[in-house]
Amino acid sequence: MSEHIDNETDHEAAAGGEDYPIRIRGLTNAFGDVTVHEELDLDVRRGEILGVVGGSGTGKSVLMRSIIGLQMPQSGEIEVFGHNITEAEPDEEIGVRNRWGILFQGGALFSTLTVAENVQVPLKQFYPELSQKLLNEIARYKVVLTGLPEEAASKFPSELSGGMKKRAGLARALALDPELLFLDEPTAGLDPIGGAKFDELTRELTDTLGLTVFLITHDLDTLYAICDRVAVLADKKVIAVGTIPELLENEHPWIQEYFNGPRARAATATHERGKALDNDASGKA
Amino acid sequence: MREWAEYTIEEAGGRATVVITGPMVVSSVGQIDPELRDIGDSIQTVDISQVSRIDTVGAWILYRFAQRTGADIVGGSEKAEVLLDAVERAESEAPIAPPRKRNAKQITEHVGIAVIDFFKGVVASIGFLGSVIGACFSLLIHPRRFRMKALVRQMELVGVQSLPIIGLMSFLIGIVIAQQGAVQLQQFGAETLTVNLVGRITLRELGVLMTAIMVAGRSGSAFAAQIGTMKLTEEIDAMRTIGVSPMEALVIPRILAAVLMMPLLGFFASVVAIIGGAVIGDVMLGIPFLTFLARVQEVVPVTDFWVGMVKAPMFGLIVAMAGCYQGMQVKGNAEEVGLRTTAAVVQAIFMVIVLDAFFAVFFERIGWI
Repeated sequence: MSEHIDNETDHEAAAGGEDYPIRIRGLTNAFGDVTVHEELDLDVRRGEILGVVGGSGTGKSVLMRSIIGLQMPQSGEIEVFGHNITEAEPDEEIGVRNRWGILFQGGALFSTLTVAENVQVPLKQFYPELSQKLLNEIARYKVVLTGLPEEAASKFPSELSGGMKKRAGLARALALDPELLFLDEPTAGLDPIGGAKFDELTRELTDTLGLTVFLITHDLDTLYAICDRVAVLADKKVIAVGTIPELLENEHPWIQEYFNGPRARAATATHERGKALDNDASGKA
Repeated sequence: MREWAEYTIEEAGGRATVVITGPMVVSSVGQIDPELRDIGDSIQTVDISQVSRIDTVGAWILYRFAQRTGADIVGGSEKAEVLLDAVERAESEAPIAPPRKRNAKQITEHVGIAVIDFFKGVVASIGFLGSVIGACFSLLIHPRRFRMKALVRQMELVGVQSLPIIGLMSFLIGIVIAQQGAVQLQQFGAETLTVNLVGRITLRELGVLMTAIMVAGRSGSAFAAQIGTMKLTEEIDAMRTIGVSPMEALVIPRILAAVLMMPLLGFFASVVAIIGGAVIGDVMLGIPFLTFLARVQEVVPVTDFWVGMVKAPMFGLIVAMAGCYQGMQVKGNAEEVGLRTTAAVVQAIFMVIVLDAFFAVFFERIGWI
């Protein structure tokens, strides 16, 4: 797998930062005596949905927080859109902040604002020149774009169900039309139907809006259904990045256990069945 | 710096075309949006072939403009077509804020809600008082369920940890009373009565009253915020399902801690205030420090001490009850925790002062003057 990363590094050097919205080199994170990441490397390609998996406590969320600048790493380089986040000037950092959107695990909606007002917060913050009329229109269509019923715009977060909160959080994450979207366990706590619908929405929006998605998940169905590549966090590093068939050939015990456990087999079966149905349908057509 | 989207209107053969140039993205449409809104509806075509970049906000502005004027959008890239299609499907007319009512209706509604809330509050607080008493009895029956550890912890938080701030406050109040009193009494040549003034007013009134206000601000608010947050995070519900009564686990230890600590804190505050007065007596009036303290023993009747000590636990009860009650009433969101915390402090201080006035009359009637 290290070979794989080396190849990418060569390629990247030729192509420049724009092909890799996120580049991480030698990231080390530690809390007191506990080292979470040690010399971690990871690249995210433009336009892909990268799933990040790993056991509990392997620092998936810490990795995301490091990339978005909420967590100062001990050492290492994190480049987002070619800007080094760890030592960025305040101005430069803002230039990056309006190019990404983040969906936190619980939605993290501002509880005193309606959904529409939540969507308007980042817009008002970054683009105060936009008229209130336009802001209202933007909020309305973003709400519908993320699959919420249009009446949800005037509701407060406490009036929404768990799935609707996630969608509202996504609407706020997409408020600035970002190029890069971070999703922290978007399907956690959703029922399987809601989860599958959210996956579908993620894929659809990624294709429509040309997003790059950094997706932390535990949900095997999500991995099979929408992720282009999967990065596996274990032993304080990214031990493997690749498509699921590539990962299945990896000998690492955790990867084997993860993708060959009973739940993974069930997810594979569902996925295969889905593909077979698709083939049938296209065959008939 | 920033690039802005621009437009020109070209007319050819009776057809007007709006040609958009530059990026049509959220960061560049601040100027073009109101301008496009002002253009009349005599436009037949919108040419976007020279748009360098586009996102959904740009697509939305174009879509809405085309909708309003009936113009056709031409020359869009593949991405532009996809986005135009996406925003068209996502168009919505829904309100973005909850419906607002007309003023007259709103005012009557507000008044009505306030009145109903008041009575609901009265009923709820009586209910709360009842459940506190109920919990007390059930603890008397099952004394093993009593949470000694929680009580000691709360006594530390309410009592021990507030000693420095209450001490400092009382010391300064003692100084102020002695100094102001001395200035007035000197006019009658009665400055030695400063001892009576400081000794009696602190033990009877100010020591306990100021302590109650401080405890309300320090601990009453903490009770409301802690319990309120625990309600939001469903910790209280979790306790109930496990069979732990939140009344016994959270409310009783806090109330008991406040009731037990208030007399101690009040007495401590009175003593420190007298010491503050004695310092001023020494410096300003030439009454030696120790003489001042000895005089206090002579001029302050012991009933003054009892007046303070009877009131103190009552004030503690009020402060803790208001804090816990408001905390238990929290539901909904984080804002509510703030509102309830404020309400707890305001109510506690208000009720303490009202009760203090009643006590003043009461003690006068029974002859503890």
